[in-house]
Amino acid sequence: MKKHPTGSRLPADPHVEDQVAGNGLLHRRTLLTAGAAGIVGTGLGVGLTGAAAEPLTDQPWDLEVGDNTPAYQVPSKRTAYIVRTLSNPKFEPRSSIARTPHHLLEGSTTPNGLHFTINHTGIPDIDPARHRLLIHGLVKRPLVFTLDSLLRYPLTSRPAFMECGGNSAPFFSPTPIQANLQALHGLSSCAEWTGVKLSLLLDECGVDPKAKWFVAEGADAPHLMRSVPLMKGLDDAMIALYQNGEPLMPGNGFPMRLVLPGFEGNLNIKFLRRIKLVPGPAMSFWESQVYTEPMPKGPSYNFTFINEVKSFITRPSPGLNMKEPGVYEISGIAYSGRGKIAKVMVSADGGKSWGEAALQGPVMTKAFTRFRMPWRWSGGPAILQSRAWDDQGNFQPTRAAFVAERGQLDSEPAVTAFRNHHFNAVTSWGIASNGAVRHVYA
Amino acid sequence: MRSALVFSFCLVAGAALAQDKLAPHLGKTVSASDMKRWDIDIQADGAFLPPGSGTAAQGAPLFAEKCAACHGDGGRGSDLYKRGLPSPPVLVDDKKFKPIDGGTTTIANFWPYAPPLFDYIRRAMPWNSPRTLSDNQVYALTAYILAEGKVIDPKLVLDARSLAQVKMPNREGFRPRFPDLMPH
Repeated sequence: MKKHPTGSRLPADPHVEDQVAGNGLLHRRTLLTAGAAGIVGTGLGVGLTGAAAEPLTDQPWDLEVGDNTPAYQVPSKRTAYIVRTLSNPKFEPRSSIARTPHHLLEGSTTPNGLHFTINHTGIPDIDPARHRLLIHGLVKRPLVFTLDSLLRYPLTSRPAFMECGGNSAPFFSPTPIQANLQALHGLSSCAEWTGVKLSLLLDECGVDPKAKWFVAEGADAPHLMRSVPLMKGLDDAMIALYQNGEPLMPGNGFPMRLVLPGFEGNLNIKFLRRIKLVPGPAMSFWESQVYTEPMPKGPSYNFTFINEVKSFITRPSPGLNMKEPGVYEISGIAYSGRGKIAKVMVSADGGKSWGEAALQGPVMTKAFTRFRMPWRWSGGPAILQSRAWDDQGNFQPTRAAFVAERGQLDSEPAVTAFRNHHFNAVTSWGIASNGAVRHVYA
Repeated sequence: MRSALVFSFCLVAGAALAQDKLAPHLGKTVSASDMKRWDIDIQADGAFLPPGSGTAAQGAPLFAEKCAACHGDGGRGSDLYKRGLPSPPVLVDDKKFKPIDGGTTTIANFWPYAPPLFDYIRRAMPWNSPRTLSDNQVYALTAYILAEGKVIDPKLVLDARSLAQVKMPNREGFRPRFPDLMPH
């Protein structure tokens, strides 16, 4: 298996660096202006490295005919190691979970083949011509829609992150579980979804004012059902038909799914076949037992609709070890189920000092925002952290603050266990002098 | 009457009206009898529970035949579970719920309402052959699991009325995480 290179290394110019926080964090403008650096010399200078490259030679691939062009292209065999990890590869009679390899990806869109998915009774093989969407209950006219009919409606596109309520569950461990980013935060992905606004279809059915909730149900074997406040259905809910420009992936809900931007993944019902407007919630299995948060004292949380503001550093991260000292780009992902990311701060000294990261635009509401931060690694120990704020004034808690409210387990669970949900506190990566990156609590 | 309906309808749907002009209105009407097979959701308070009934005694042999292979005898966990391996959920366990730890929740010690158990069995179980149980069988299995969990008297005949009246021990054990998002 090929090793993936560590965080992209930029050439260094010690004379123009602008340190903004402890342990080598550089000002984000160093990055923003780096493209013009060769001309004006304000950013990190280019062409200043001392080492000489090896002689440039012919390679087999530029001396022979290449491969045939396929009808549907898949990634290079050279990157065949960039895959989802599977919780149930032998397909035993239980849920199957595939996690996104954030540490090997960039940008703010998750490729369709790598979008995380959880399927509780396998992936249904749905014939789109025979699939139906029923909207009924407290409406004036119960109506049935086909995929073809929905394609005639006005379509809208928007990015939205999708995150399992159980993403980051290993962080409830009292000790930092040694696992990579994919195992720790891999149940979160972001795609551009295209479909029909649910409000448009509800309008056609005619909403009875007695309706306060709707239940949404899938056409898969568990007929997975959740209860959603009707207000969300009238706001930004969508019946999505396309994912990053192509029909939904089978594991992500083909031929249609509910997308509730910012809401817990399980609520975004895949294989959507039924929406019923109802007076109250069903308190289905998923909201009675699974997606609830037992607290240290008193009542457990339920109806945890929103995935709150969160961020994590993707490079470097455990398994992507540092090589020689020098300038690196710290890269990461931030998102909030309540709005747009307003600010991400990065620390290289375990939270003692912070510098503001550059946000890759356009910054979209309830979507992944890529942040980047230049860093000169001295070769000494460091603890990298990121902390995000959204435009509604919400911010990511420190781990200590989170644990003070929500508690932690009294022994280390299996990394794949879901003993509690909705962890969104700061993640810390410890860098050792030899460049090894470990998960730490700081 | 009609104008009142139209008025309230407009209040709810006002935001969508601009788009509505562009909508092709292609939904097809459907009768209650034609949607009956799909109309299976139960409200937490027991609304929509169907006719029929069952008892724990009727549920016991059904459970052994259709459920125990995955959930273990009496729903107490399969061999996989007892070996600490990933497994289908344990349904009945005498363990106490421990704060913070979702791994210690069971139907009896955690679920706030009983009708969702009927809802879930009917829609999702058995794992490899969902929607094959009759409503009477689902009532019987619901009664069996609740009786094994010591939530109900083993002799109780479970039907729409009695299931809605079952008081789960942890009924008051929850608070909504986002009260402002809860419909009033």
